[in-house]
Amino acid sequence: MKRIIGLAALALALACGTAQAQYSDGVIKIGVMNDMSGLYADLSGPGGVEAAKMAVEDFGAEKKGMKVEIISGDHQNKPDVGSNLARSWIDTQHVDVIVDVPTSSVALAVSQVVREKNKVLLASGPATSDLTGPQCSPNTIHWTYDTWALANGTGKAIVKTGGDTWFFLTADYAFGHALERDTAAVVEKNGGKVVGKVRTPFPGTDFSSFLLQAQSSKAKIIGLANAGGDTINSIKQAAEFGIVKGGQNLAGLLVFITDVHSLGLQTAQGLIFTSAFYWDRDEASRAFAKRFAPRYKGNMPTMVQAGIYSSVLHYLKAVEALKSDGNGDGKVVVAKMKELPTDDPLFGKGTVRADGRKLHDMYLLEVKKPEESKGPWDYLKVRATIPAAEAFRPLNEGKCPLVGG
Amino acid sequence: MAPIAEHAVSTAQPKALSSEAIAFLLMLAFIVLAPAVIYPVSLMKVLCFALFACAFNLLIGYVGLLSFGHALFFGWAAYATAHLAKVGAISVPYWASGWHWFVIPIPPLPPELAILGGTLTGALLGVIAGAIAIRRQGIYFAMITLALAQMMFFFAVQAPFTHGEDGIQAVPRGWLFGVFNLSNQTTMYVTVAIVFLLGFGLIYRIINSPFGEVLKAIRENEPRAISLGYKTERYKLMAFVLSAALAGTAGATKAIVFQLASLTDVDWPMSGEVVLMTLVGGLGTIFGPVVGSFIVVTMQDNLAQYGQWVLVIQGVIFVLCVLLFRRGVVGEIANYFKLKL
Amino acid sequence: MFEIFGIPSQALFGQLLLGLINGSFYALLSLGLAVIFGMLNIINFAHGAQYMLGAFMAFFLLQYLGWNYWVALLVVPILVGIVGIVTERLFLQWLYKLDHLYGLLLTFGLALVIEGVFRNYFGSSGLPYRVPDQLAGGRNLGFMYLPNYRGWVIAFSLVVCLATWFLIERTRLGAYLRAATENPTLVRAFGINVPRMITLTYGFGVGLAGLAGVMAAPIYNVSPQMGSNLIIIVFAVVVIGGMGSIMGAIVTGFALGLIEGLTKVFFPEASNTAIFVIMAIVLIIRPAGLFGRTA
Repeated sequence: MKRIIGLAALALALACGTAQAQYSDGVIKIGVMNDMSGLYADLSGPGGVEAAKMAVEDFGAEKKGMKVEIISGDHQNKPDVGSNLARSWIDTQHVDVIVDVPTSSVALAVSQVVREKNKVLLASGPATSDLTGPQCSPNTIHWTYDTWALANGTGKAIVKTGGDTWFFLTADYAFGHALERDTAAVVEKNGGKVVGKVRTPFPGTDFSSFLLQAQSSKAKIIGLANAGGDTINSIKQAAEFGIVKGGQNLAGLLVFITDVHSLGLQTAQGLIFTSAFYWDRDEASRAFAKRFAPRYKGNMPTMVQAGIYSSVLHYLKAVEALKSDGNGDGKVVVAKMKELPTDDPLFGKGTVRADGRKLHDMYLLEVKKPEESKGPWDYLKVRATIPAAEAFRPLNEGKCPLVGG
Repeated sequence: MAPIAEHAVSTAQPKALSSEAIAFLLMLAFIVLAPAVIYPVSLMKVLCFALFACAFNLLIGYVGLLSFGHALFFGWAAYATAHLAKVGAISVPYWASGWHWFVIPIPPLPPELAILGGTLTGALLGVIAGAIAIRRQGIYFAMITLALAQMMFFFAVQAPFTHGEDGIQAVPRGWLFGVFNLSNQTTMYVTVAIVFLLGFGLIYRIINSPFGEVLKAIRENEPRAISLGYKTERYKLMAFVLSAALAGTAGATKAIVFQLASLTDVDWPMSGEVVLMTLVGGLGTIFGPVVGSFIVVTMQDNLAQYGQWVLVIQGVIFVLCVLLFRRGVVGEIANYFKLKL
Repeated sequence: MFEIFGIPSQALFGQLLLGLINGSFYALLSLGLAVIFGMLNIINFAHGAQYMLGAFMAFFLLQYLGWNYWVALLVVPILVGIVGIVTERLFLQWLYKLDHLYGLLLTFGLALVIEGVFRNYFGSSGLPYRVPDQLAGGRNLGFMYLPNYRGWVIAFSLVVCLATWFLIERTRLGAYLRAATENPTLVRAFGINVPRMITLTYGFGVGLAGLAGVMAAPIYNVSPQMGSNLIIIVFAVVVIGGMGSIMGAIVTGFALGLIEGLTKVFFPEASNTAIFVIMAIVLIIRPAGLFGRTA
C-alpha cells in the first residue's frame, strides 16, 4: 500500500509541478519523442535529444529572452504508446511542439493527436510519404526524408546506370509494402522491370533463403525494402553467399550511417543508397558533426538527428518572427514556418511546401571500400546530388486534401 | 497447476465480508477522486488494463490455468470494436469460381454496440480457443494458448482491415446511446469507470457463486472434483469463455478510449504484461489485479521519460517480485493482516 | 531437372539445406533449454539473453584482446556458463520448490535486465563480426553455393548435440543427474552433492546458449535484441519435442528448421508462424510433445 501512496504522491507532484508552464507565458516546450531503446534508438534516440538541445543553444534562445524547455520520451515503436504519450504531454505538460517520431505507424497516430489538439509536429524520423499525402495535416511538417524520396533517388539512379531488372526483399508490414510500391513505380517508369519479390516476416533473422530466391531470379538488382536489423542481416548474409561477387547488386532503400557502422566496410562496401545528410559532405556539416560526436558516445549524426536540429531551429525562427507566439495555436506557427524560407548549416536553403513537405537536396551515397576509408565513420562518398525540385513527390501527386485541386 | 494459487488466502474468514467491503469502498473512492489528481487518460488506461487483468485472474487465480495467449481476446476485441465503430461494413470472402467479397452493409455503430461487438468477438474466440486448449494443463496449456494467439497475430498482420502495423487509427468515440458525447473527457471517464465496475462486479459474483466454488475445487484437486460427479471440462470451458469475453470488453473499451487498435494489443508481450500485472498485484486475490495494473501502467507512463532504462527497471521489478513479494502487493497485505481481499 | 510444385528441385534442395542450418541453431538452443528444464525444472526464459551474451563476448574478445573466433569458441561458453552459475546461486536456487511460473517470470525479468543494459551501452543497431579466415569463401555444391562457414555450423552443432545427448543419457555422470531429478534425497544419501550438480548443470545449459551465440556472431547481426527475436521459437521447439527430452529437442530443432525452410519457399509470409501451427497440432494430438513422457 505504501508503494501505491508513494506513486499517487509522485503523480500528484508531477501534475502540480507542470501546471503553470504555458506557451503564452513565453515558455516554449519541445517534446522529443522517439525510440530510446529499440531498433531505431541509434539513429534517432538520445542522440536526437542532443541535436534538439544544440539547436536551442545555437539559436541563442536565452539571449533573445525566450524560455525553451526540452523533454523527451520513448514511444517504443508502438502507435498506442506514442499517441498516449503525445496526449498526456500536451494535456499535462503543455508541450507546444513534438519532434522526431520515427516509425511510420507511430508518426501517423501522433499526427492525429497533434492535429486534434492544434499543436505542432515536426517529423524527422518517420518514412511514410502518407504524412504529406492522404494523411497530411496543417499541424505537421515532414522534415528529413520519405519513402517516395528514397525510392526515387535510389531507384532512378540505379536504373539509369543499367540496373534495370529488380527483385524485392520486402519486410512484410505496411512500411515495407509502401517502400516496395514506391520503388517499383520508379523502376518501371524509368524503363526497368520488376521480376519478382518475396515478403519476409518482420522482424527476421535469417534471410539466406530469400536471398537464394533472389539469386535464382537472375535480377540484376536486389532491392531491400526493409529497415534496421532486417537490412543489416540481409546485407551481411548477401555478402556471405557471394551474391555481389556473383554479379548481382544490392540496393538498400532505407539505410542509415549507423547501419553501415554496424556492418563494417568489408561487408557493406559498394552499397548504394539515398540520404538527406552526410556528416562529411562539406565544411558546415563537418563542423556540426565535430560538436555533436563528443556529446553522444562519439557517434556521427544521422540524417534523422540532423533533421531534428534543422527543424527545431526553423521552428524557433518562426516563433521569433511571430513575436506573439500564436498563443499556443499550432496552425499559426506551422503556417509561418511554411511562409519563411528555411536556411541552416546542415540542409542549406530550402522551403516548406503547402502539404507540409520540407524540400531540400538529397544525396545518392556509396559505401567506400575499406582501403578508401581514413578512419572511423569515414564511410561514404557522394555519388550524385538530387536537387530539391526533383527529390520529392510533386505536390499534385500526393492526394493531400490541404492542396486544392 | 494447483501450486500457483497456494498463496491465495483461504476462504471463509470471519472478517471476510467487512475487509472486502472496505477495500471496495476505497477503490470506489479512488476511482471518483483520482481524476482530480491524476491525468484522466492514464486512469482510463489503468481501468481498461485492470479489467483485463481481473479477467485473466479469473482463470489463473480461481481455476489454476495460466493462459499465455490472452492478448488474443484483448487485441481482437479491440480490432472488432475499432472496425465496427469506424467502418461498420463487414466483408467476408467466399468462393464461387474465383474469390469474391460478400459485404454485409452495416453502418458505423455507436460505441455501446461496438463494445458489445468486441465482447462477443472475445467470447467467440474464447469458445474456439478454449475448446482446443482446455484439455491440457500447466505449461502445455500455456503453450497451446500462446500458439493459438500467435496464429491469430499472423492473421492480424495479414488481414487488410487491420492495416498492418499502422493499426486502425482515428476511431471515432461517438455518442453513447446517442445521448452522451464521449469526446468529452469526463463523460468518457465515467463510461469507462462504469464498464470497469460492471465487469469487476460480475467477476466478484462469479467467484462467490456456487459455480465459482466448483472452479476452486477444480483448482485444488481436479480428480476429486471429477469423482464428485462434476463435469470439470465444462466448468473450465465456461470459465475460459467468461474470462475471454471480459478480456474482450477491456480491449474494446481501450480501443474507444484511445481511438486506436494496433498490433501491440495482439502480440505476445501483451500476454506477458497481463501476467506481470496480476503477479505484482497478487494472484488469486480479487483486488490484486486492479492494484497490479495501476502500478504497472503508472510505472510505464512515468518511466517513459527515462527512455532507455525502462526495460531494466521493469526487469528488476519482475525479479524482486518473484524473490521477495511472491504473493503480490495485495496478497502480502492480506496475508499480513489475515484479511480476505 | 525435375520440378516439385513448380519449384526446380535444385532450388528446393538448397532451401532444405539452409533450413537445416537454421535448424542447427534451434537444436543447440533448445538443447540447452531442455537440459535445464529436465534437470532443474526451470523454464529458462533468459536463454535468449544468454545467447546474445555469447555473441557479444566473442566480439569483445576479438576487439579488446585480439582473441580470434576459435579461441572464443572455447572460452566464451565457459565465461557465459560462469555467469549462469552465478545467476543460479543468486536467484534460481530459491525457486526449485515453487511452480514453473515463478522460474519463468524471474528469468523473463533477468532477460529484460541483460538486454536493457546492453542496449544502453552498445546501442541497438549491432556490431560487426567477421567470418574466420579459415572458413571464408564457399563451395559450389551443384545445386547451390554453400558458404564454408554454414557447413561448419551444421557439422559442429550436430557433434555438440550428440555429445550432450551421450553425456546425459549414456554416461554415469548423466545417470546421477537423471537420478537426482527423480529423487534428490535418495541421491544425496549416496554421498553426491546434489545442489552443486544442479548448479553446474545450469551453467552447462547456459554455456550451450553462449556457444550458439559465438556460432551465430559471424552470420547474424550481433545486437542486443538477437536473443529475444529467437526465444519464443526455441520455446516452441522444446514444447513440440517434449519438455525436458534431450533427443526430442535435437530432432525437433533440425526438423523444424527444415519445415521452416519449406514455408519460406511456398508461403514466405507465414514462415515465422508455421512453428506455432505445428505446436498447436502436436499438443492436441500428443499432449506431452513428440518425445515427452506424459506426466
